[in-house]
Amino acid sequence: MSASVDRPPQRSPALRLHRQLAAIWATGPGLQRLAAVNHSVIGLRFMATAFIFFAIGGVLGMLTRVQLATPTADFMAPETYNQVFTMHGSMMLFLFAIPLVEGVAVYLTPKILGARDLAFPRLTAFGYWCYLFGATILTGALLAGVAPDTGWFMYTPLSSNVYTPGMNADVWLLGVTFVEISALAFAVEIIVSILKIRAPGMSLDRMPIFGWYMLITALMMVAAFPPLILGSILLEVERAFHLPFFDPTRGGDPLLWQHLFWLFGHPDVYIIFLPMAGVLSTIIPVLAGGPLVGYRAIVVAIIALAFVSFGIWVHHMFTVGIPHLALAFFSASSAIVAVPTAVQVFAWLATLAHGRPRWNVPMLYVFGFFFIFAMGGLTGVMLAMVPFDWQAHDSYFVIAHMHYVVAGALAFPMLAALYYWLPLLTGRMAMNQLSVPAFWLVFVGFNLTFFMMHLTGLRGMPRRIYTYSGDEGWNSLNLLSSVGGFIMTIGFALVVIDLLAQLRYGRRTRRDPWKAESLEWAMPIPPAPYNFASIPFVRAGPDRTAPEGLAASLARGEGYLGFVRNGWQETLGVHMTSGAPEQLIVLSRPTYLPFYTALATSVAVLAMLFQFYLSALAAALVVAGLLVLAGQSAGLNRDYGPLPVGQGVSVPPHTELKGSPPWWALIFTLIADGTLFVSLLFGTLYLWVSAPNWPPAQTFTPNLGLALAAVVALVAAATAARGSQRSISAGGMALGWIGLAAIGLVVVIAVVVGLISGIVPRPTEHALGATAAALLAYVTFHAGIGLLFLLSNLLRLRAGFLSSRRSIDPRLTRLWLDYTVVSGVIALGLVSALPALVRSLGT
Amino acid sequence: MVQLVLAVALASCGGPLSTLSAAGPAADAIATMWWVMLAGSAAIFALVLGLFALVILRPGWGSSVSPARWIVLGGLVLPGVILTPLVAYALVTGERLLPLPGTARQRIEVEGRQWSWTFRYPGEGGVKTVNVLHLPAGMPVDIAVSSVDVIHSFWIPRFAGKIDAVPGHVNVLRIQADEPGRYEGQCSEFCGIGHPRMRFAVIVHPANDFSAALAQAAASSKVKE
Repeated sequence: MSASVDRPPQRSPALRLHRQLAAIWATGPGLQRLAAVNHSVIGLRFMATAFIFFAIGGVLGMLTRVQLATPTADFMAPETYNQVFTMHGSMMLFLFAIPLVEGVAVYLTPKILGARDLAFPRLTAFGYWCYLFGATILTGALLAGVAPDTGWFMYTPLSSNVYTPGMNADVWLLGVTFVEISALAFAVEIIVSILKIRAPGMSLDRMPIFGWYMLITALMMVAAFPPLILGSILLEVERAFHLPFFDPTRGGDPLLWQHLFWLFGHPDVYIIFLPMAGVLSTIIPVLAGGPLVGYRAIVVAIIALAFVSFGIWVHHMFTVGIPHLALAFFSASSAIVAVPTAVQVFAWLATLAHGRPRWNVPMLYVFGFFFIFAMGGLTGVMLAMVPFDWQAHDSYFVIAHMHYVVAGALAFPMLAALYYWLPLLTGRMAMNQLSVPAFWLVFVGFNLTFFMMHLTGLRGMPRRIYTYSGDEGWNSLNLLSSVGGFIMTIGFALVVIDLLAQLRYGRRTRRDPWKAESLEWAMPIPPAPYNFASIPFVRAGPDRTAPEGLAASLARGEGYLGFVRNGWQETLGVHMTSGAPEQLIVLSRPTYLPFYTALATSVAVLAMLFQFYLSALAAALVVAGLLVLAGQSAGLNRDYGPLPVGQGVSVPPHTELKGSPPWWALIFTLIADGTLFVSLLFGTLYLWVSAPNWPPAQTFTPNLGLALAAVVALVAAATAARGSQRSISAGGMALGWIGLAAIGLVVVIAVVVGLISGIVPRPTEHALGATAAALLAYVTFHAGIGLLFLLSNLLRLRAGFLSSRRSIDPRLTRLWLDYTVVSGVIALGLVSALPALVRSLGT
Repeated sequence: MVQLVLAVALASCGGPLSTLSAAGPAADAIATMWWVMLAGSAAIFALVLGLFALVILRPGWGSSVSPARWIVLGGLVLPGVILTPLVAYALVTGERLLPLPGTARQRIEVEGRQWSWTFRYPGEGGVKTVNVLHLPAGMPVDIAVSSVDVIHSFWIPRFAGKIDAVPGHVNVLRIQADEPGRYEGQCSEFCGIGHPRMRFAVIVHPANDFSAALAQAAASSKVKE
């Protein structure tokens, strides 16, 4: 294993190096494909799968257009129509848009940043399988006729078990949450990868603009998905176990769902748009033949955009009865969002103005983007104006707007990206004979379909109706929309044919056909599984790396890590801001574990769906076991000290460093977790302040003794975790400390379960009891996960993965338990204070 | 292009549910707002697309303007100049449409359910009508909207914007009809299978005939029941 470590690494000629690296990095044939963890493989799978759901979602959209083409049509039964439009929206957003963005990021980010892979290859794979299985459950429900049918934003009480008693709504809640786990895994992975795994010398101010866009997008996902995940969990708990979070007859409030949904839903628009804006900021300078204008202004703009986008969700709720002055605040912030967007648009225009733009197929799609996005942005400003929204809200005007923004901002840059990067994947260029007419069909069809909808909306057509009587003045507009839809579909079909034709008959291209200067073109075409035979040093500003000469030199192994060692999959970790080489990251090899873990997770989801709750619990325990098992093959089982990485530099392996990727991953996971917790606190206080039917008839007397006992046990566990960290850092075995922490956590769980059983009103009777139970369940869950951390520590300690140098595990455990203490004290404190709060201001 | 858009838009104002054929002061104010915003948007759209065409078709055309100036003028000044007055205009317009207490002579209670509307008139002896709303012409009326089951939304596009009927909450919308006549209203929040059928008729009576007409309508609908 360690034979070659002490000797200086050997230089190999390009071909020999390629064979050696490929042998280590390649994904096996046949069934071994299920074990793939390589980012290129998974990225392509993400994109291909997303396109399949784009096709399915598109067909569903076409079905709605057939139904609405004429008044009083009976093409579809109302029940079917409701499933079709709900699934059209859900699929396009959750199964196409977000996964597509993830696929693009997974495939391109390491290549553009000069890395060999992402930080956690097994997590990439797990995310993909979660997405595939969750999406399959949703599609299966559609085929079985039990698909969700309450609209893609699932407003309660319509989606509650009173008004939607079947499993339709459960399919959405469970399936979409399953897919969101994948999105969160992706977000954490991308953040850590961008911050830690770049080419040496690539300081943050030299980072390609694409990296900035992906970083901000992923940070937004970390903060945006938890509110929806929380909302989905609460609604599913209400449906399955009758805890009334959203039921107004028992102290819940349907508006809480809307807040949680749009807290996610609005940032989500930018989560979809920003990566595509990143694509535009990458390819527009190349097509303009000059550098990107306003790099710093764009970075500042997208950071501002990310912040502002979390302060405007209420503009989806202008008609729910919120006081006008509060609406005015959200109206102004929604208008302000136009500023960072305008900064980007004018930076692109200036880039084109200062260059010598080339007119080609990607540029044609850039034009399509400008046209459609400008229109969508302008109608967006209109809708941000409260009085106008009172008329346009929930009408076809909104449908038109959101398709111009989401479809326009996603579809056109996406196709620009496809035509731009396909030569990288295939080594062939598109043939304009087919590409150009395909563009115009899509463009004309799109505008015909959706421009008309502005007018149908202004003429009063509400969204989500399966029919209309024909005397409203909507007939010809609807017919035109439907005709446009068919033209657009033919256009997309032509695009597919064009891309397939390109794969087979396209003109072969040399490396870097667009004369780009970003790193993804400094590798073999199509890319090898290890991306770069050796890793470059970045000396120049963003996206100025001149791939032509560099590629050959890297292929000869003249950069960093231009050799193989121990059969390891190696890439370089750098200092977060300066980009100085800092650690040797040894990545995990292909394994079936992500596949099995996702499979077990989907068994748990399916068992919940069919209300086999004990089986679901069993499957969840299997998932927990597999996760602990995954920890048994992570990292290295001995100390190495600094290892040579080429160019005369030696750095320690990531296992021996404090700021290694797992540490940062847990930090960002806890930020997501904290957002979920804050959303839960918000929900609790929101219900108390504004839900009907408060206060409940009677409230419990807080059991301060038990609450205090829980806090003491929590603190004891966290202190013991510190002891274990110190002991392991000193080379000890820390068994006593680990045992003490475990005892503390078991006590916490027992005490908190006792507290839950003492809640009055019962959690099923009133929202006060339900929210108190949810807060306490949160503490229990975190204590339970803490036990898994301790179990993993114990096993890895015995297996020799930990030493005084390799002490990341106890530090992760300590961090988790610290978080558990802080959130636990807040949760226990709030639950204890709730009865008094309710009594004092409860009316 | 702009002219074509305007022509299509102007030709399509009509219809019994059209927000643009306003028949009350609120819908009228909002329709005016729409036309103002449409004109402004058309100008900005033409500007952005015009700039795009110029920088593509006339390479070097915009290179005399420094990058910083491009971004400051287009990204900060342009939105600032447009959005500030627009937000103020919207705020003032919105404030004027609010149901300020004590300024309406009629209050009508609306209850949405799957899939019908019930209207109660506390000022008129508490009579009740179903799926037909009676209104006096030329005076402000406060509509207090709620729901007994799922969320619905009360919308008479020719009079005013919409307001959601949320179970457990009462929301108030100020409407006023200018002229007597027959109008149409509808539910605009998806509420299940019957959502498209959840329409209601609005009959506006001359103000001095209102009480009598309402009593007669309520009585005749009772007889039918």
